[in-house]
Amino acid sequence: MSSLLEIQNLSISFHTPRGEIEAVRNISFSLSEGEVLAVVGESGCGKSVMCKGIMKLLPACAQIKSGRILVNGKDITGYGEREMCNLRGSFFSMIFQNPMTALNPTMPVGRQIGEAVKQKQPGISKKALQERVLELMQLVGIDSPKERMKLYPHHFSGGMRQRSVMAIALAGNPRILFADEPTTALDVTIQAQILDLLREVQQKLGTATIFVTHDMGAVARVADRVAVMYAGKIVEIGTAEEIFYDPRHPYTWGLMQSLPAFSRGKETLHTIPGMPPTLIHPPKGDAFACRNEYALAIDYEEEPPMFPVTDTHYAATWLLDARAPKVTAPVGRGRK
Amino acid sequence: MSAEMGKEILLDVQHLSYHFPLTKKMEIKAVDDVSFKIRKREIFGLVGESGCGKSTLARCIMNVYKSKGGSIFYKGLNVCDAGTFRKNQKMLQTSRQMIFQDSDSSLNQRMKVCDIITEPLKIQHITPKRGSMRAEAEFQMYYVGLDAAYLDKYPGELSGGQRQRVAIARALAMEPELLVADEPIASLDVSIQAQIVNLFKHLQKEHGFSFLFIAHDLAMVEFLCDRVGVMYRGKLVEVAKAGDLFGDPRHPYTKALLSAIPVPDPVIERARKRIEFDEKDFCCEGTLVEISPEHFVLERGKEG
Ligand SMILES: Nc1ncnc2c1ncn2[C@@H]1O[C@H](COP(=O)(O)OP(=O)(O)OP(=O)(O)O)[C@@H](O)[C@H]1O
Ligand SMILES: Nc1ncnc2c1ncn2[C@@H]1O[C@H](COP(=O)(O)OP(=O)(O)OP(=O)(O)O)[C@@H](O)[C@H]1O
Ligand SMILES: [Mg+2]
Ligand SMILES: [Mg+2]
Repeated sequence: MSSLLEIQNLSISFHTPRGEIEAVRNISFSLSEGEVLAVVGESGCGKSVMCKGIMKLLPACAQIKSGRILVNGKDITGYGEREMCNLRGSFFSMIFQNPMTALNPTMPVGRQIGEAVKQKQPGISKKALQERVLELMQLVGIDSPKERMKLYPHHFSGGMRQRSVMAIALAGNPRILFADEPTTALDVTIQAQILDLLREVQQKLGTATIFVTHDMGAVARVADRVAVMYAGKIVEIGTAEEIFYDPRHPYTWGLMQSLPAFSRGKETLHTIPGMPPTLIHPPKGDAFACRNEYALAIDYEEEPPMFPVTDTHYAATWLLDARAPKVTAPVGRGRK
Repeated sequence: MSAEMGKEILLDVQHLSYHFPLTKKMEIKAVDDVSFKIRKREIFGLVGESGCGKSTLARCIMNVYKSKGGSIFYKGLNVCDAGTFRKNQKMLQTSRQMIFQDSDSSLNQRMKVCDIITEPLKIQHITPKRGSMRAEAEFQMYYVGLDAAYLDKYPGELSGGQRQRVAIARALAMEPELLVADEPIASLDVSIQAQIVNLFKHLQKEHGFSFLFIAHDLAMVEFLCDRVGVMYRGKLVEVAKAGDLFGDPRHPYTKALLSAIPVPDPVIERARKRIEFDEKDFCCEGTLVEISPEHFVLERGKEG
């Protein structure tokens, strides 16, 4: 059985005058039909670059240094712009992080959604097109779509812009949706609706989703599996239950501890000390070591491999080595 | 804490309204007869569904939009009055700062991070406290948890969360008394969110900053804010101390909103049922009534 998308040892770098920025480092994962994979991790760790890299939407100074991208078992790593164009929109589609720059400020929102529909169905009649646009606007929860389709993006609230972007992304019925923080600008009610919508679309059409987010509540709601990224690498991956109830990587622990739910009644929230490394010269060993209160001597010397915890759960921390001292996780099921 | 917080009012919004024309016949009442106060050293949270008018309200307060009715007093000055505004322009533009939602698009793409952060200081001819503009920028970068190596980069070379922190650093560099923060942390990862929230608390406690904090993350609002206002369709429907609002919500919309707060636990979260809010329960003719000390709820007005 081949998966819809398979990423093997993917590394992506930016070449800048100040040096090479290793934004994505040796990432591997796979995605099956109808699955939602959430990607979480600190800001700047390479989540967006990874998504754009797979869709080949990065600027010219970015380069896939190594690794392979397979869709339906077929290697597309070497595809050029023309071949990628065919895949974009119909095979995969992306909801960008910043809704304002994703929309064209000089074109009414309805027309922008229409353009996306036309790309997939060039021969569509005017009437059918309008109906499809209204249908898509309704699908993503924009009311009075008839009146609003003529408005420009700056007439919309942040949340409505994001919903419009979602409508554009869904116009071509893609098999894989890259959703880069699609709900950050939305209120909790709409967010829950959109997440349920994502789930619904995905169950109806078998669309798989890569869902980049900072919202652990949203992850809990929709994700089948979760990948935790740090400094360009996936440091832990597993089912949602495994990551929430039995996290193994100290960085994942830090993320969970930072949630307000963890600091109820306290004056300050828990934070992870220090700063993420810049990716120009990633540190030797485990990039998280200097911020990790559980760091071992070896962490500063040698990069930990992915240790299997179960068939579906892997984490890159030396704490999982047989020789490591036993530590109890400060979060996870044990705490409840 | 609120007892010794002092009763000094920093911002007083009275019957503020702002409408956008939608079609010739229809208009959107983005802000509709809104009144509330922010005290000195207070963090006031503003929540509500997307499109309810939070950003519009914030922009009116910052004089980005000229309100269509009502008044806004900042330190006792009516800033809606053009003459008063002009006379106090410098003070108003330095002591109030805003972090915009979509602040990504408010960053000048052609400027380096260092210049972006210190630009407001230059415009207002303020001598940087820490010697040079560069040192000032470095200090603010440290404050928001960004490595100084980013100072010479352009916004396009940063990640979404890094750009957001540049926007925060720029606002903080002015050391404002009132910081209007429109969704300042949504695009940040949870650890940096926690760091920024702790920073805001520190600025409030140690430096006497006041905040209007607009956010969709209700758990964070509960943690950070002293008082919270809930907006629905341009109206404030409930205002109360954070503890009272989250512990004892009264307006049906508030109840529905709070029931939608996601829980970071897959089993609980997937089973969670939301309370739906029936629009028919909403009457836009009401007035805010104080049902217990400092707890206001929109109730149907007799004259409505
Ligand atoms: N065009 C570019 N040129 C140079 N460096 C870049 C460019 N785009 C991104 N980077 C760098 O690559 C790294 C990864 O960026 P990316 O946008 O993937 O982060 P992210 O994980 O999506 O973060 P966030 O949660 O803040 O959006 C960052 O350190 C960023 O500074
Ligand atoms: N320039 C504009 N022209 C016309 N209508 C506008 C304009 N700006 C905002 N609106 C409308 O005013 C209402 C309030 O918008 P606003 O941006 O204040 O909402 P918000 O509460 O900040 O929402 P969000 O949480 O999604 O950011 C919305 O219905 C929006 O469509
Ligand atoms: Mg990103
Ligand atoms: Mg807004």
